[in-house]
Amino acid sequence: MPEIEEGIFFLTGKDFTNAGAASSSLKAVLERIGIPKDIIRRTAIAAFEAEMNTIIYAVAGMLKYRITDSEIVVTIQDMGPGIPDIDLALTEGYSTAPDYIRAMGFGSGMGLPNIKKNSDRLTVNSIVGEGTTVEFMIKLKDEAQ
Amino acid sequence: MNIGQILKILDASLLTSDALPQKKVESAYCADLMSDVLSFSVTRSLLITGLTNPQVIRTAEMAAIEMVVFIQDKKPDMQTIRLAEEKHIPLLSTSYSMFDTCGRLYENGLRSHAYAR
Repeated sequence: MPEIEEGIFFLTGKDFTNAGAASSSLKAVLERIGIPKDIIRRTAIAAFEAEMNTIIYAVAGMLKYRITDSEIVVTIQDMGPGIPDIDLALTEGYSTAPDYIRAMGFGSGMGLPNIKKNSDRLTVNSIVGEGTTVEFMIKLKDEAQ
Repeated sequence: MNIGQILKILDASLLTSDALPQKKVESAYCADLMSDVLSFSVTRSLLITGLTNPQVIRTAEMAAIEMVVFIQDKKPDMQTIRLAEEKHIPLLSTSYSMFDTCGRLYENGLRSHAYAR
């Protein structure tokens, strides 16, 4: 039977001091269980982008991960304003971030496109006024193998 | 290029307490936009930036960047320095501008990922 590793981290909106702590903890889990470095980097970058989105836009949220012998699935669910047009939000360069976020080096409209670039599957579900769920999957094994 | 060479080329000071003389980088990337670093930087590289907030360290950590140089004598706060120490990411500070920092490193053989050998 394959071993499954899973966990959850809670995120607080506007807590920029701890922004990235959840992705950092996830990265430590991946290192501990011996995931290849290139996959760790892709997962950590995608998770951090999603975590930053929650910190920037939402009141609160959570980051859940589930690692099986074939894939890593990360789900970031937030209580935020929601995304009215997901296709538009997935366009490189489209952003609704305020200036103070841009001054921190984020909010240039690269977040969701970069999660897509680093993952093998991305799904975004959102309800305006309720929140957004971003889930991405990264394969650990080629299906051909 | 190792950390000792970079310190010398940039007349830089080391802000973190870790003595890591063997730390090396294969290429460099410069940006103030962490979104760009997360999208376009590569592993085993040096990040040159004018931003000093904790997200710079988080970005470096996620993108597997080896070390960070802050330009124009910019220095992060102690909390950010401690985070970098915890993650074993050396932080350097130089008085040179972004342009001169990149120019001096380039002149001494450091290249971007696209041209790194």
